[in-house]
Amino acid sequence: MSSSNNRAELCQHPFRVCREQPYAYNICLKRRWNIPIWAGFAIVLLSVISYIPVFTPFPITRDVPWVNYLLFLAGGAFLAIGLKRAYREPDRYHGKISGPILSVLSLLIAGFFVVGVLFLTKQLPAASGAPQVGRPAPQFTLANIDGKQTALADLVKGHRGVILIFYRGYW
Amino acid sequence: MRGFEKHLSEFHQHGIEVVAISVDSTEESAKLCHSRGYTYPFLSDPKARVIRSYGVLHPKAGEDGQDIARPAEFFVDSAGVIRWVNLTDDLRIRARPEAALEVILKQIGG
Repeated sequence: MSSSNNRAELCQHPFRVCREQPYAYNICLKRRWNIPIWAGFAIVLLSVISYIPVFTPFPITRDVPWVNYLLFLAGGAFLAIGLKRAYREPDRYHGKISGPILSVLSLLIAGFFVVGVLFLTKQLPAASGAPQVGRPAPQFTLANIDGKQTALADLVKGHRGVILIFYRGYW
Repeated sequence: MRGFEKHLSEFHQHGIEVVAISVDSTEESAKLCHSRGYTYPFLSDPKARVIRSYGVLHPKAGEDGQDIARPAEFFVDSAGVIRWVNLTDDLRIRARPEAALEVILKQIGG
């Protein structure tokens, strides 16, 4: 039995054929899901969502978020493959509508992340009034988590010094 | 802050205490310490008085527009003199504890 006969015969059951015989699609006109488009979008989304929980605990992936940039590139490559398929082989693949939509969304998400990293997190006041090296440290007394009043003098007592870490709170 | 907790024993070995300061209430700080396992002192400066006196106020940057601290680190020696200051220009980027310890030890001599 020749392969074309085989295809024609199988196409009497188009639904099953389309799932099992990738080369029968042109005949059966059942299009496949364009998986690279969705994979690309998922990678871009994951990249942004994962930055804080996964990559900020480690300075090497936090200060310059290179892992996230690489993930954006990978996501972009998948999207490009998916878009190419959707437009070059529209008979075989879905994606002429979902492709552009998810690509634009991915661009917006990645763009927002990059703007955030390069610009938004740098909007800090200059701290020009901060005491400089060699100046006396302003004295203070503040409550610790047990409510106990703690003075700067108590903190340095018995130590060579103390590192004061000021942080934004609400973490 | 997680990094300082991880390297806390090294700081303590060199006779250096580590302290965190924010506008969070003592209850909020306690919750944070318990959930993240921070063991060094967390001090509460709800009115940002100390934060202001160290020049690290970030006005109206809190959740409800209240004044909070910008990220910053100071090292104060036992004589009460500032010996090291780290003012980041990006709130994502904090002092790396290992590097900070090295610089501070150089400043105070071993």
